[in-house]
Amino acid sequence: MAAIGSSAQRSSSTHSARAHAVVRRRLVVGILSVLSLALVTVYFRESDGGFLHGLQSTGASVLRPFEVAADRVASPFEDAAGWFGDLLHARSDNKKLRKEVDQLREQAIVNLSALRENAQLKQLLKYLESPRYPEDYRPVTARVIARAPSQFAQQIVVSAGKNNGISKHDAVVTAEGLVGEVTKVASNVSQVTLLTDDSSAVSAVDIATNASGIAQQGISGSLTVDRVTKDQVVARGDVLVTAGWRSGDLSSLYPRGIPLCLVTQVGQSDTDLYKQIQCDPFVDFSTLEAVIVLVKKAKAP
Amino acid sequence: MIDWLKAAVLVFVAAILQVSVFSGVTVLHGTPDLLLVTIICVALLRGPVLGAAVGFWGGLLVDTANLGTLGVTSLLLTVAGYWIGRYGETNGRDRSHAPFVSVVVITFLYALGSLAFHYVLGDPAPAREVLWSTLFQGIALNLILTWPVYALARIVLPPPGRRERVIHAVG
Repeated sequence: MAAIGSSAQRSSSTHSARAHAVVRRRLVVGILSVLSLALVTVYFRESDGGFLHGLQSTGASVLRPFEVAADRVASPFEDAAGWFGDLLHARSDNKKLRKEVDQLREQAIVNLSALRENAQLKQLLKYLESPRYPEDYRPVTARVIARAPSQFAQQIVVSAGKNNGISKHDAVVTAEGLVGEVTKVASNVSQVTLLTDDSSAVSAVDIATNASGIAQQGISGSLTVDRVTKDQVVARGDVLVTAGWRSGDLSSLYPRGIPLCLVTQVGQSDTDLYKQIQCDPFVDFSTLEAVIVLVKKAKAP
Repeated sequence: MIDWLKAAVLVFVAAILQVSVFSGVTVLHGTPDLLLVTIICVALLRGPVLGAAVGFWGGLLVDTANLGTLGVTSLLLTVAGYWIGRYGETNGRDRSHAPFVSVVVITFLYALGSLAFHYVLGDPAPAREVLWSTLFQGIALNLILTWPVYALARIVLPPPGRRERVIHAVG
């Protein structure tokens, strides 16, 4: 009897502990889910200067050194991966290419990452000193420190923010051409929405024929140019630049003359009002490491 | 409490590496998700409570670092962590294929969940790209990450059975 009683007691206490664990885990997941939904709701409803946005801005500034450090640590590995990729291609080529690979290996040993960064910065500097650079703007050079982790948004985060004079809707460029616009600004970091994002659209003009249209997201990383009427002339191989229009107090976000893309396909049909134009952006968005944010001189601190 | 701290640090490192390094790695249009794999491994080893907590924490870090909408990634990863924690707790933990099965299933469901969430929020939701062009490559890359990440997670957070055996042997 005593044995049965002891066994029953043990079973009852085990059952109670199990029930307690179930309640605890349900409570935790419930609280965290409600908290997440509350964060989403408040974040959406409040303005850019709201509490959560401020908290996020501070958090992003705190995380920034860690991101920069991780990027620096990973950079040689990325270069090594790139080097192995190059090597694979080189193996299928002739002796001449093998010799070049050897030279590349030596360069990699010296410090490929430093060379690459240096080359990009030099290119940016060259662009800043060239007549292509828009006069009314002050350049703020920034490193790319994070990229959006999903395909939902074509966005990057750069290492400059309000403290550098950057504000929302500032244009972002590289020596190759337009990258996108600043869509969120924190104290020391900013979010840049790329030209290839669904929400981006730019007034574009053909430098050869002056035909104008609107460039926006196309298929697999290319851009489509819409609103080009059939009477306008656009040919394959033409270069499109930002139109930079002004109408009264209103003006385009982007200054005129920033290279956008190279026209790869032009078509038209009897039923469409406009031409169907596709073009390849000059900027390679997958290898962005440094960018220039164009800050209007009047609002510089 | 030490487990919570160790898991938080592990997820912090994974989140930082994800936003600054892995998000930029593209192989055949797919991108590996180190953070998701780490959360799955932690949840498998430590159950639903810690799984949900590290999911929330990881999501918060990613949304903060990317200046994204706070709460979106947290909610998805909280549910993912909780679910895999339950699987691990009930019958998955001791099976050698559990981490791999979990990564395949959760990567697929996470993509679906993200798509639905972004659609509801009115963000761009390119279903074809998410569910066709990049999903299978993403699953394959996550599977490659699973073995080393799970091995590291087991070192940092030894499975309960093994830990008890160690304590017993030492004691």
